[in-house]
Amino acid sequence: MESKLIRLTVNGREEAVVADPLATLQDVLRDSLELTAVKSGCGQGGCGSCSVLVDGELRLSCLTLAERVEGAEITTLEGLNETNAIVPLQQAFVENYAAQCGYCTAGMVMAAKALLDRNPAPSRDEIVEGLSGNLCRCTGFAPIVRAVEQAARALSGEEAS
Amino acid sequence: MSMKDLGVVGRSVGQRDLESHARGQTAYYEDVHYPRMLHLKMHRSAEPHARIVSVDTSAAEASPGVVCVLTHEDLPGKKVWNGLAAVGVGPEDEPILAFDKVRWRGEPIVAVVGESAEAARAGAAKVKVEYDPLPGVFDVEEAIAGAAPALTAHWPRNHYIYPDDHAAAQIRFGDVEKAFAEADHIVEDKYQTSPIEQAPMETNGCIARPGGDGRITVHTNTQAVHFARDNTAAILDIAPGRLRFLGGTVGGGFGGKVDVAVEPISVLAAMRTGRPVKFKYTREEEMQVSSTRSAWRLYVKDGVMNDGRITARKITSYQDSGAYLRFSSYGSMKHAGHMPGPYTIPNVWVDAHVVFTNRPPSSAMRGFGVMAASFAIEVQMDKVAKTIGMDPWQLRLLNAYRNDDMKAHRKEVEDGAMVETIQAAARLAGKELPAAYQAMTSWDRKAG
Ligand code: FES
Ligand code: FES
Repeated sequence: MESKLIRLTVNGREEAVVADPLATLQDVLRDSLELTAVKSGCGQGGCGSCSVLVDGELRLSCLTLAERVEGAEITTLEGLNETNAIVPLQQAFVENYAAQCGYCTAGMVMAAKALLDRNPAPSRDEIVEGLSGNLCRCTGFAPIVRAVEQAARALSGEEAS
Repeated sequence: MSMKDLGVVGRSVGQRDLESHARGQTAYYEDVHYPRMLHLKMHRSAEPHARIVSVDTSAAEASPGVVCVLTHEDLPGKKVWNGLAAVGVGPEDEPILAFDKVRWRGEPIVAVVGESAEAARAGAAKVKVEYDPLPGVFDVEEAIAGAAPALTAHWPRNHYIYPDDHAAAQIRFGDVEKAFAEADHIVEDKYQTSPIEQAPMETNGCIARPGGDGRITVHTNTQAVHFARDNTAAILDIAPGRLRFLGGTVGGGFGGKVDVAVEPISVLAAMRTGRPVKFKYTREEEMQVSSTRSAWRLYVKDGVMNDGRITARKITSYQDSGAYLRFSSYGSMKHAGHMPGPYTIPNVWVDAHVVFTNRPPSSAMRGFGVMAASFAIEVQMDKVAKTIGMDPWQLRLLNAYRNDDMKAHRKEVEDGAMVETIQAAARLAGKELPAAYQAMTSWDRKAG
């Protein structure tokens, strides 16, 4: 298939990549833009390791055609650290030991961000629901849920973090 | 020695790579990108047991974007192997790429290398293999009963024989039959575990990249980087010095990334094409064809006295190795050595067999051989408690090993803490223990 030019706005920057029209957003982010925090645990929508934000909505980049999100604002985990300062959500993952191998972590953080952006004070059930598309095989989900709870408290100013 | 000398003991220590994980900066094997990188996909057996009549790769070779096709004829060194051959485990029984027969569904037959993962996949789907199906065997006891078809010539009864001519990993301690005759109760049962996939979030994979100096760099997510390099060199019959293996953060392993499943064929493809080659298991391959924890069948028979002392334990177990040996003989030795569990039992008899069936080969997973043993033993302990009407916590405390006790495999207990562990668990669970049981210690059998 003929390659084509795809224009994307990723982490606030305009990017243009030459890709197959059927290239997934995951392929373009990982392979063309080297945003390798985007992972690929299944490539079929089952694990959440490739989660990114598209116009603030949580999306599985492995099931999203890059061409279809031209013009949208795409955010990967790397986009959270544009100033190099660790953000409270990431800090909460560190303090709660919410990662072991780390392979699921980028997707978890992005799913948590999508949740907290629309619901800054989620209940535990809402957090579980918000992370329900993301699998972790190492850590167990309890520390991850605790991290999101801590981040929610930090963001709502109840706790300095 | 003071607590200060012990450094981290008793203190919470930060996890070094946590911040890097949270920032998405941790590098995994596939986070490197090389120009002109090729992709490898495997054509796998559609049959669990069959003779291979013919393999036709012509359509695959003609498929758009296919760069090279590899069969067993292209292997420069070994055709069959075992990962522990260098330490005397054998015989080498597992084909790198199947030739005369296939022995499990999913067995690799032809590697297809393409300009993209999709080109390689499409090419691999076009390989034509003609099979002459053979009856399969999928049950460990049927496999060794005599009527089942033999998988390989090495084991006519599908039953592994240890190099010292033992049919099983064995423990002989005391006299179980005499103790059974004198016991107040006999408690017997059969236990079965399932194969379990390690299911790491990152599937098995590697990238092999030829360098101008004749050396090949391999980015791999193996859990055993030197082991993988040495086995790759042995399989391909090249000097280990030509291979530069780079490990790194493994995206979950749990024993599922020690099989050297992807590196040898990727290195061969890189040598053939002169280009970087990536071989990454799909999620489906990870779940269906990567090795699992073995399934085990165990028969456990205990002799028990009215006061709760277990005086004899006899165990016969069958590990389902799948079609090939891999590390199963070692797994059964660990399994046997773990018997009779963390208890002091004066008479113990164990036969732990390794059996071949037409299932995917099994391999390591956390607590290799030990988890199946612990599962059966602990369910059995509850059954013993029920049979004699004793509290299961008290039964375990009574029989728990104490320091200086001789274990069944002739090693004295040192630094045992089984008693204290059960007591701590009881406290956490809100379980009241009688004073005599609270006073028990690992240091003195008479205490309590
Ligand atoms: S890689 Fe997208 S959901 Fe698993
Ligand atoms: S930390 Fe390994 S998969 Fe979640």
